[in-house]
Amino acid sequence: MRKVALLFPLVLALAGCGDGGGETLTVYSGREEEIVEPLLERFEEATGIEIEVRYGDSAELAATIAEEGGNSPADVFFAQDPGSLGAVEQEGLLAELPQEILDRVEPRFRDPDGHWIGTSGRVRVVAYNTDLLSEDDLPDSILGFTDPRWRGRIGFPPTNASFQAFVTAMRLSLGDERTREWLEGIKANQPKLYEKNLPTVEAVGRGEVEVGFVNHYYLFMAKEENPDLPVANHYLRAGDPGALVSVAGVGILEKSDAAERFVEFLLSDEGQRFYAEEAEEAEYPLVAGIEPREGLPALAELQGPEIELDELGPELARTLELLNEVGFTS
Amino acid sequence: MTSRGRVPLALAGPAVAAVGLVLLPLVYLAVRAGGGGEDAWRILVRHSTLELVLQTGALVAGVTAAAVAVGVPLAWLVVRTDLPARRTIGVLAALPLVIPSYVAALALLGAFGPKGLLQELLEGPFGVERLPEIYGYPGALAALTLSTYPYVFLLCAAALRRLDASLEEAARGLGESQLGVFRRVTLPSLRPAIGGGGLLVALYALSDFGAVSLMQYDALTRSIYVQYRSLFDRTPAAVLALVLVALTAVVLALETRSRRGGFHRSGAGAARQPARVALGAWRWPAVAFCGLVLAFFLVVPVVVLAYWSARAASFDLAWAASGRSLLASALAAAAAVVLVLPVAVLAQRHGRWWTRLLERLSFAGNALPGIVIALSLVFFAANYTPFVYQTLALLVLAYVVRFFPQALAGVSSALNAVNPRVEEAARGLGRGPWSVLLTVTVPLIRPGMLAGAALVFLSAMKELPATLLLRPIGFDTLATEIWKFTSLGAYSRAAPPALLLIALSAPLVYLLTVRSEGEADAPG
Repeated sequence: MRKVALLFPLVLALAGCGDGGGETLTVYSGREEEIVEPLLERFEEATGIEIEVRYGDSAELAATIAEEGGNSPADVFFAQDPGSLGAVEQEGLLAELPQEILDRVEPRFRDPDGHWIGTSGRVRVVAYNTDLLSEDDLPDSILGFTDPRWRGRIGFPPTNASFQAFVTAMRLSLGDERTREWLEGIKANQPKLYEKNLPTVEAVGRGEVEVGFVNHYYLFMAKEENPDLPVANHYLRAGDPGALVSVAGVGILEKSDAAERFVEFLLSDEGQRFYAEEAEEAEYPLVAGIEPREGLPALAELQGPEIELDELGPELARTLELLNEVGFTS
Repeated sequence: MTSRGRVPLALAGPAVAAVGLVLLPLVYLAVRAGGGGEDAWRILVRHSTLELVLQTGALVAGVTAAAVAVGVPLAWLVVRTDLPARRTIGVLAALPLVIPSYVAALALLGAFGPKGLLQELLEGPFGVERLPEIYGYPGALAALTLSTYPYVFLLCAAALRRLDASLEEAARGLGESQLGVFRRVTLPSLRPAIGGGGLLVALYALSDFGAVSLMQYDALTRSIYVQYRSLFDRTPAAVLALVLVALTAVVLALETRSRRGGFHRSGAGAARQPARVALGAWRWPAVAFCGLVLAFFLVVPVVVLAYWSARAASFDLAWAASGRSLLASALAAAAAVVLVLPVAVLAQRHGRWWTRLLERLSFAGNALPGIVIALSLVFFAANYTPFVYQTLALLVLAYVVRFFPQALAGVSSALNAVNPRVEEAARGLGRGPWSVLLTVTVPLIRPGMLAGAALVFLSAMKELPATLLLRPIGFDTLATEIWKFTSLGAYSRAAPPALLLIALSAPLVYLLTVRSEGEADAPG
């Protein structure tokens, strides 16, 4: 026992020496390891700064940061959605970002107060089965899917955060009443409900349903596994309540040179080209001048309803109530 | 039944400390719910909360009944009869315990869901277009029964192994029929094990989120997760979690009532194993029953996982993650059994109101979903003991806190079957309380301790929410590997680590069940 007690400080000292060489940066990532790991490695190579990443669910990590109070080991929070970043901002735990970093993206893709910034974009689309439908069959507004001819042909994941963000955006642009009418119209068409986006796209591919309300990049993931999957994305017209463009983004918890360099890197041309060229999820680069993945329409052509992304988080409670009242979720 | 005189401080100190640790999540909930003001409590009187409580209750009752109905006959057949291949069946029957409930639910959906494997099979030759609906209550019931019946099975099997032959033989000698012996002697002796197992089942069903969310069944945990995940509001989540604690109290009260009666052996000498019951004509129906249980709860998930694995474009076997899972789970199992001992011994051998209360209190946090326990330890460790935050030690502590009652169930039901007079004799010879515990009690209750350790180990192997938030950075385990892919919805890539989890746990279950049975069988 005694020996162990004596050894312990020694071990600590040795462990301490180990990382004395280079700077390290601790990142809490709500973005999946499978998606962003190559990007983070690129940063390490480029800067010599070593990254330690804790992967988890964005919202659970936001709750963790809140519980840690000011004592988080994390320097940076890399999140899946504006809601998680907004929740941490509300706790007063995000530092203000330098203006030159904020200026890399359009104002619609960042926090109006400058505490977090979008790093990649995701667009709500209608994925459709190309064997069963041609694009001409599809309405150019999400509102068109309440038509009875879509009965039994629609699928979507009602508990998914992106779906709920889209309904929130519809509420903010059309109001609660028209959103409720739309939801009830969709319900009357007896949609099939899925747990997540990817299974929804796969169900479209199998012909279980003919259209799915999802984010644009799941198509690329599904095709990775099955290149012949007969699915394509249908983009809704600009300004349509169904055409929300949201972001994944980043905020700084503990201001340091390394943390700022990390955010800079994510928004650098190299960090942005990652989404265009190699990420498994073909999200949109947000920085002007970086072309998206081949086959995707230009970001400038895509325009969701007129809302601010930081409104989505606080408005979600009402959306969940509405989904509950209509009978899509609990 | 219990020894008189003072409660030894050498046991009381560690017992109070252990239960104190286990109660940390409740302290945290009180802090969160108390800090929220009146607004937070409004969620309690929302009409949907009552509905959720009723739905949760219905699920818990159903799962507990189903787990007992499956687990008790299986245990009896495997331990006490000449069932063919009983050792193999005994190992396989415990394995569903390591299948995380979200994986179990995914696999059942993959097999029996709309456009699942079964329908694909039936569609061709029989033109079956629709199977009975699996979403909702039936699916949640099936998935949770799969994950929990091994609790009842393992605890009852352990109890049956140490059941003294002389009791049953005496009853036979007094003219009872085989069935009468089972009903009047065997079953009452099993009551603590059934009660203990049923309690674990009920608490698991209360706390589970994976199965109810995938099966789209509205239970309290789903509501708690919505508060955390969608609304970022920790106060109403804490209030709802306290409702779960209240339900735990109800379950505990029911279990205490079921414990009345029961007895332990009082003859001289050591307990002997009774002869196995010859099944005779019942042999094949018994095999069919076991086969059906294994087919539905083990073969189906494994086949679905194998089918998904085959579809995966590529995968690496996660050996490093396996090592970490084994390490953390083994440490948790050992720590839990050690911490549980004084609590169990105090409650059973020094029965005072407060020692029994201490034992009951240690269950209080067990119905809480993993995320609540994880966040509570985040709160305490990050703010008050930063040197342990996000270390392996804290992860192990989280497992102990979450699975303490599982170790307790194993140890308590074993203690219950040991005659306290043996220990009293040792005390009478001048031994101290720890000395008696270690040299007399522990050897007698070893099978129960091993069963408790096994339960903790297998539960820790699959634990996800606390593992995600509390593990040291980069400490990937099999459970986090599975999550890495299920969170993307990429089930084909989640399947190989899930299969690995099951495969790795099999030898351990073998060691803990069949080997300890072998020892019990040996003369001496």
